[in-house]
Amino acid sequence: MSSTSNDVQSFVDKKYKHGFVTDIESDTFPPGLDESVVRAISARKNEPEFMLEWRLKAFRLWQEMETPEWAHVHFPPIDYNAISYFSAPKKDEDRPKSLDEVDPKLLETYDKLGIPLHERARLAGVAVDAVFDSVSVTTTFRDKLYEAGVIFCSFSEAVQEHPELVKKYLGTVVPQRDNYFAALNSAVFSDGSFVFIPKGVRCPMELSTYFRINEMNTGQFERTLIVAEEGSHVSYLEGCTAPMRDENQLHAAVVELVALDDAEIKYSTVQNWYPGDEEGKGGIYNFVTKRGDCRGKNSKISWTQVETGSAITWKYPSCVLRGDNSIGEFYSVAVTNNYQQADTGTKMIHIGENTKSTIVSKGISAGKAQNAYRGLVKIMPQAKGARNYTQCDSLLIGKECGAHTFPYMEVKNASATVEHEATTSKIGDDQLFYCRQRGIDEEDAVNLIVNGFCKDVFRELPMEFAVEAQALLNVSLEGAVG
Amino acid sequence: MSKQTLISIKDLHANVGDTPILKGLTLEINPGEVHAIMGPNGSGKSTLANVLAGRDDYTVTGGSVEFMGENLLEMEPEERARAGVFLAFQYPVEIPGVNNTYLLRAALNAVREARGEEEISAVDFMKLAREKMKLMEMDPGFLNRGVNEGFSGGEKKRNEIFQMAVLEPALCVLDETDSGLDIDALKIVANGVNSLRAEDRSFLMVTHYQRLLSYIVPDFVHVLAGGRIIRSGDKDLALELEERGYDWLLGDAAA
Repeated sequence: MSSTSNDVQSFVDKKYKHGFVTDIESDTFPPGLDESVVRAISARKNEPEFMLEWRLKAFRLWQEMETPEWAHVHFPPIDYNAISYFSAPKKDEDRPKSLDEVDPKLLETYDKLGIPLHERARLAGVAVDAVFDSVSVTTTFRDKLYEAGVIFCSFSEAVQEHPELVKKYLGTVVPQRDNYFAALNSAVFSDGSFVFIPKGVRCPMELSTYFRINEMNTGQFERTLIVAEEGSHVSYLEGCTAPMRDENQLHAAVVELVALDDAEIKYSTVQNWYPGDEEGKGGIYNFVTKRGDCRGKNSKISWTQVETGSAITWKYPSCVLRGDNSIGEFYSVAVTNNYQQADTGTKMIHIGENTKSTIVSKGISAGKAQNAYRGLVKIMPQAKGARNYTQCDSLLIGKECGAHTFPYMEVKNASATVEHEATTSKIGDDQLFYCRQRGIDEEDAVNLIVNGFCKDVFRELPMEFAVEAQALLNVSLEGAVG
Repeated sequence: MSKQTLISIKDLHANVGDTPILKGLTLEINPGEVHAIMGPNGSGKSTLANVLAGRDDYTVTGGSVEFMGENLLEMEPEERARAGVFLAFQYPVEIPGVNNTYLLRAALNAVREARGEEEISAVDFMKLAREKMKLMEMDPGFLNRGVNEGFSGGEKKRNEIFQMAVLEPALCVLDETDSGLDIDALKIVANGVNSLRAEDRSFLMVTHYQRLLSYIVPDFVHVLAGGRIIRSGDKDLALELEERGYDWLLGDAAA
């Protein structure tokens, strides 16, 4: 039994070790970070003066800051001068020509996760020309959005084509000085997504990063900005359940959302970066700043995340509820296995009257992993009638993992209602035995129990994402018991 | 004789932790038979039920168990279940958030797969489940609840028999199914069990009291004491135990 589980586990890990990455990088900046690197990045991207100034300001702020150490995670100090801050995308010749050249084990994993064929090619880094039909799909998609008046493009494109919008909104939710990693990102961000939904428009489809025409290898310092004008509506899907290859260890992304009056933004994430091996070697450091600003009255921002990857996750998608009657939501499943560490949660800042927020967090720990929920609910003095409901549950699998809960509440208005519920439970031997006695094998039993535990969050995901997320959870926890 | 024996337990020894509980238990059950195991507290009744189901905390230290010609002790718990061993738990565990329907359908499909049958469709499954729920006089809303989540003691026991009715095992092991049931619930449970009696299905009922046996009349009654069967008889033995207690037998068994 346990030997089978180990086989499965090693197979799951293996997919990352196999190389599809050749070292024929061209046009990569030498490691190191100083002002000239920031200038060079901006120049390479042909950015207008205001962008360069913005980056430089961020860089100067960053130099004055120190790495935050309050999170419940441990890692050796990062040498920022050992990182290269720009590398041009790989040429098609250097990529696999077709799926036949891709590691079959990786394909097997895609198969398990039910990833569509054309998507597999993209994920495995197959040269674009060889990707089945993806260009025409994307083109059709873009035409449809264009008709609706929706702007959806890479951040670099937005800087070139819509500089006035970028200038107006960039850094208004997450300012450069916000925190150490946000400042670093602001100085050196490579690319990302830009979305603009004009007044009254309901975006005709879910926007997925999959359709973004973007350069590869932008994951390290990604920057996303979504603006929903009055009365508009958009649902944005980020990431992918398939294991994403990436050679960069440090990821410091920034996501900013702006919702004006009566606008709604739903932002769903599935994060599955390389978590490191069974001994805890390698793996991505995922230090992300995500914040939504409910700037207008009756606006709504909803974060849903399924976090299974990365060696270290440090991430608190937050909502600033500025507009009266605005609503913030946070639904999260965070899974840690082996030596993974996650410190994740949210901040709900209630400023407007009758603002409402809901937090549902489900943390799952297996192996020797540490999983922490950290959340802040802050009710400002002027936030009359504000309400918050927080539920945070932890599930432990095995004896060597840990779950931690750090809820902070600051209530400065007496008319506010704040509710907090928390539970910690363990997948019991009794529960497993019960399922097995009914004929269900151990792995399936774990999946059954875990999926039951996460139900409240999966319900919030767009349908196809929810199905993938379940499959992903199952793969992530393979070999966790036994 | 041995050809048609459903389960043959020979000289079974088992420990819980380091403590020997079963000390040479021998028992044969043929298809269609209903056996009751009675005995004082700590005699090893529940241990027997759990050893047959393959629970981890129980270690078999000697003897053999052959089930339909296979070595049961070498099988994983889920393999035993798929082969047709069903344990109705004394304390069914709660699994929050996991839908009753979902668990049971997964279980049924696992069993069907082992039998070489196709997966049951959602529609057919619901039909089957509704039919069996009627038998157990259960509310249909129950299917959408979490497994045993917030169930009363009686509901949990009824749920066990309901699952048994859906999975149609060859050997039903009932571990103190009557404990904690009021008389009405006991009748419903007994009714459910009786309706499942069949030529190709056998029952091993572990019970403390004769009460259950008035409703589910056994073919054989065994008295377990000190980890061994010290007396076997028919249903009248149970009545005698009810009247006289166990002490008159225990004198014989004292080692």
